[in-house]
Amino acid sequence: MIAAHLPVLQIVVPLVAAPFCLLLRRGTWAWILSSIVCLAALVIAATLLSQVLESGPISYELGGWAPPWGIEYRVDVLNAFLLLIVSATGAIVLPYARRSVAHEIPESQHGGFYTALLLCFTGLLGVAITGDAFNLFVFLEISSLSSYVLIAMGRDRRALTAAFQYLVMGTIGATFIVIGIGLLYMATGTLNMADLGARLPAVGANRTVLAAFAFLTVGATLKLALFPLHFWLPNAYAYAPSVVTAFLAATATKVSIYILLRFFFTIFGPTFAAEDITLQRLVVPLAVIAVLVCSTVAIFQSNVKRMLAYSSIAQIGYMMIGIGFDTVTGLTAGIVHLFNHAATKGGLFLALGCVVLRIGSCQLDDLAGLGRRMPLTMFSFVLGGLSLIGVPLTAGFVSKWYLVQAAIEQDNWLVAVAILVGSLLAIIYVWRVVEVAYLRPAPEGTPAGGIEAPWSMLVPTWILIGASIYFGIETSLNVGVASAAARFLLGVAG
Amino acid sequence: MVRRHFILRVTTKLLMPFILMFALYVQFHGDFGPGGGFQAGVIFGAGFILYALIYGVEAAEQVARPWLIRIVMAFGLLLYLGVGYLGMVLGGEFLDYNVLSSSPVGGQHLGITLVEFGVGTTVAATMITVFFSFAGRMRRRSQPEQ
Repeated sequence: MIAAHLPVLQIVVPLVAAPFCLLLRRGTWAWILSSIVCLAALVIAATLLSQVLESGPISYELGGWAPPWGIEYRVDVLNAFLLLIVSATGAIVLPYARRSVAHEIPESQHGGFYTALLLCFTGLLGVAITGDAFNLFVFLEISSLSSYVLIAMGRDRRALTAAFQYLVMGTIGATFIVIGIGLLYMATGTLNMADLGARLPAVGANRTVLAAFAFLTVGATLKLALFPLHFWLPNAYAYAPSVVTAFLAATATKVSIYILLRFFFTIFGPTFAAEDITLQRLVVPLAVIAVLVCSTVAIFQSNVKRMLAYSSIAQIGYMMIGIGFDTVTGLTAGIVHLFNHAATKGGLFLALGCVVLRIGSCQLDDLAGLGRRMPLTMFSFVLGGLSLIGVPLTAGFVSKWYLVQAAIEQDNWLVAVAILVGSLLAIIYVWRVVEVAYLRPAPEGTPAGGIEAPWSMLVPTWILIGASIYFGIETSLNVGVASAAARFLLGVAG
Repeated sequence: MVRRHFILRVTTKLLMPFILMFALYVQFHGDFGPGGGFQAGVIFGAGFILYALIYGVEAAEQVARPWLIRIVMAFGLLLYLGVGYLGMVLGGEFLDYNVLSSSPVGGQHLGITLVEFGVGTTVAATMITVFFSFAGRMRRRSQPEQ
């Protein structure tokens, strides 16, 4: 009986835990509850993915109202993969959260913190699972509003302005999305995404539909921080609590990319985006600029968290290059990178959280000598950095390999070169950290001896970093599912 | 607080029961006419906010205790989700009201009433909390740092 309700349980299990966390004033209990719930969500997501791979898309009618009138939860290969990414991140980050949150957030706010984290988690899962365009907007707002709160809880007072900046930009993005959805509703009279996809070809590319496409594209690219709409991201990531940065970096932008994929391929259809709008001419140049400019900017950052934030924008550029190509190889590369980057960047931010716990700072200069004092943490950072660069035998290499292949398939050598240049730039910014941590001696007067992070934080960090190595060697899960999703989106058989 | 504004104080006291009653009307008549949980919650919360504006936040907090408001806030969402889960347990889909009662029509009535009541309580509690946190900020600032 439970098996039939899995799609909705994916959402309402974390959702029902959120108010309980609000009631449990004690942080420890809220933490235990959230951890259990995130693990349960991971189990559900894994089950859903295996069901979808076995027997095709699953549909769930909320309240017994049949689609397209009622709200439908629709799980296919693409969003089952997304659900797995989001819930796995939650399940790995939450065990880590206890020590880090105790260190960075006042005791009285712990209940509220876990409530907001669970709401954000629910919202992101909801965006991924729903088959209804308006419901998608509602879940997007749930996740966004709670992430503004989470970012504002950072210790630094600048976290407040960062959260406010994100709030303004995020709200503009969400408003654009809802305007786009409204225009589509006007043109077709339906909100169900599969139904929209079926009805839009008959309507044709009239002005309403084109305006809807423009609003949806700009709104989604604002949320996913595609260059030049990325200005909210560096501050938000740099000043948020470590746990929040790791969680959002691994999930929030990825879910926004999913929104874009859904709009482009399920609602408008692959040919609309490619032929009528010439997506490639619009998205690929911006994505290439994102890779080159933001990788360069990352080199000049003095705060390591900010550096990784700029690197995230560059990595989003890689994903968008793949999506912009609009071919099976390109889309596979984009979706694989979405997965690989979630593991890599999540792991890197968790490693930085360990550093913040021990030395209370993530300024580059303060990291001097940490290679000896926190060997395990810094080594995980180095491995994550290698994956960011795209060294063979890491996950980053796999996605860049597919991306370069996709570029060469299109005879687009400029893009292929840009991808390689981006990797070279990544070597520079990762090396700066390695140099300071390993080659520079610790400042005078620091007590000798190790200050390694506690196991409860090291293990989650190493799980994510380990995943970013593992999925570079054994690629059947990430590449296999991603290419299935790409073929599904493009409507190619096999 | 506002000792001198006699008219405001008396009018507020006179209006309070009508505001709260109107909120409940909007709440429970939402099943048949315009209205519903969200609007009702806002009106109900507005009653408390008016009282706090005139008589001060401390006076309003005598009734709307922060710990109580916190529970009410969580209760509304839990009621909503509880109805959803109940539909699932009774053999329907999540939020399926048909199975809540012996007849589908009765079930729909019961379901929507409970769910809207959940929405109403959470919205009212949230409105009050938002106002109290902003008003309380001024109060905290005037006191010396603890």
